[in-house]
Amino acid sequence: MHIHFLDPYQPLKSPVHSLDARIKFILTVAFILTASLAPSAAWPVYILLLAAILAVEILSGLGMIYVLKRALLALPFVLAALPVIFTIKGQALFNLAIGPWLLTASSEGLARFVSVAFKSWLSVQAAIVLAASTRFPELLQAMRAVGIPRLLVGMFGLTWRYLFVLVDEALRLLRARTARSGQSRQAGNKPGGSLAWRAHMAGGMAGNLFLRAFERSDRIYVAMLSRGYDGEVRTLPIPAFSGSNWLTLGTGLFFLAILLIFGSLLWG
Amino acid sequence: MHHSIEIEHLSFSYPDGHPALQDINLKIAPCEKVALVGPNGAGKSTLLLHLNGILKGNGQVTVCGLSMEQKNLGKIRAEVGLVFQNPDDQLFSPTVFDDVAFGPLYQGLDPEDVSSRVKKALIAVNMQEFGQRVSHHLSTGEKKRIAIATVLSVEPEVLVLDEPTAGLDPRARRSFINLLRDLPLTMLVSTHDMLLVKELFDRTVIMDEGRIVADGDTLDLMADEALLKAHGLEKP
Repeated sequence: MHIHFLDPYQPLKSPVHSLDARIKFILTVAFILTASLAPSAAWPVYILLLAAILAVEILSGLGMIYVLKRALLALPFVLAALPVIFTIKGQALFNLAIGPWLLTASSEGLARFVSVAFKSWLSVQAAIVLAASTRFPELLQAMRAVGIPRLLVGMFGLTWRYLFVLVDEALRLLRARTARSGQSRQAGNKPGGSLAWRAHMAGGMAGNLFLRAFERSDRIYVAMLSRGYDGEVRTLPIPAFSGSNWLTLGTGLFFLAILLIFGSLLWG
Repeated sequence: MHHSIEIEHLSFSYPDGHPALQDINLKIAPCEKVALVGPNGAGKSTLLLHLNGILKGNGQVTVCGLSMEQKNLGKIRAEVGLVFQNPDDQLFSPTVFDDVAFGPLYQGLDPEDVSSRVKKALIAVNMQEFGQRVSHHLSTGEKKRIAIATVLSVEPEVLVLDEPTAGLDPRARRSFINLLRDLPLTMLVSTHDMLLVKELFDRTVIMDEGRIVADGDTLDLMADEALLKAHGLEKP
């Protein structure tokens, strides 16, 4: 029983997939920065960014439906921005009485909230396209290439490697529990136990899983030490960046910079 | 009188399309002890997971007279004690007592019943002193015994073991074999330990590539060196 559904990578053949991971990584980070730095309520900039990311989604062969479905994950986090509707002063829209407090929504606040929601939705889409079109090892290499500390990249790599092991382990535990969850032969006994007892068992399982992960990390560290690990993560040299790669990267960054500058000038 | 295990034309493919079991037919009588041998990837563990409905393939599986249906799963899981290969999977509770008590507690038995079941199960595996120990700190041999106790406490009719002697030292293995010999239950045991098979089981089933390729008297099969060799097994 192995878990693959966690891996977002979709093995397809497309111009986006075959693009150098370094370009994709830098452009994705730049895209997210552009989206977050664009001024509030700069709607034309958002629309252009949306057009760009939708074009990449179609070009990558992943399809808009796939990416948009996954992007729903960002929805709950948008709620954190909800209070800005009431905290920003401006033209009053409506009042909301909660107990002794009277909250006044402003149209500026609403615009800010919609902006934040739209920007995070755009950013999540970019991240999804990156993860779905790039193999994780290539992504790690790209992170190293742009100068993210090797130790940090090494930790990302180990997390990724053992995430699947841990999920497998959790599934085996659950399977063992299912196998022993039977019904009594004597009539009148209700199977399942009390809620408190089930919670107690689930807590025990979580604790067990933690202890095992902890011990496993110790064993992995010992295995690394015995193969010569000294705290320094070493890797093969990263291949050279070709001229056409520079061109693609430059074009992408130029486009994003233009959007950001116009956005700041016109709506900032 | 029903059979303990009756499997007719069972086939199963994993979600990726890889066929793991193909047209399995197997009948095991009450209190019969059967060994299941075959190379890695032959489908032994997959077959065992069908015996209490964790996996569901195409075909008819009947356990202790109960057909494998959603409404019977609770009863079937009480009749079939499935012990997994890795005892760490089996032992998920804070203490040994909690683990052995899980099955009876889940069934909703009285506290006194639960305690007496746990005591009996621990005595059966010769581990009565271990109730309050933390399973995490036991040796592999001790964990294996406790894993058996966790299903004995449910008082099953059938005991299904996956690789019970893997990783045991000779003394732990010997005491484990004695334990299995003395348990008056129907047993289906998947193993690579051919000496164990020869010593404990009158009947052996050989699986390879998802099929049962031989089913018969252990001594007869052990004498057929060509058959053993063809399926990656060694004569003990």
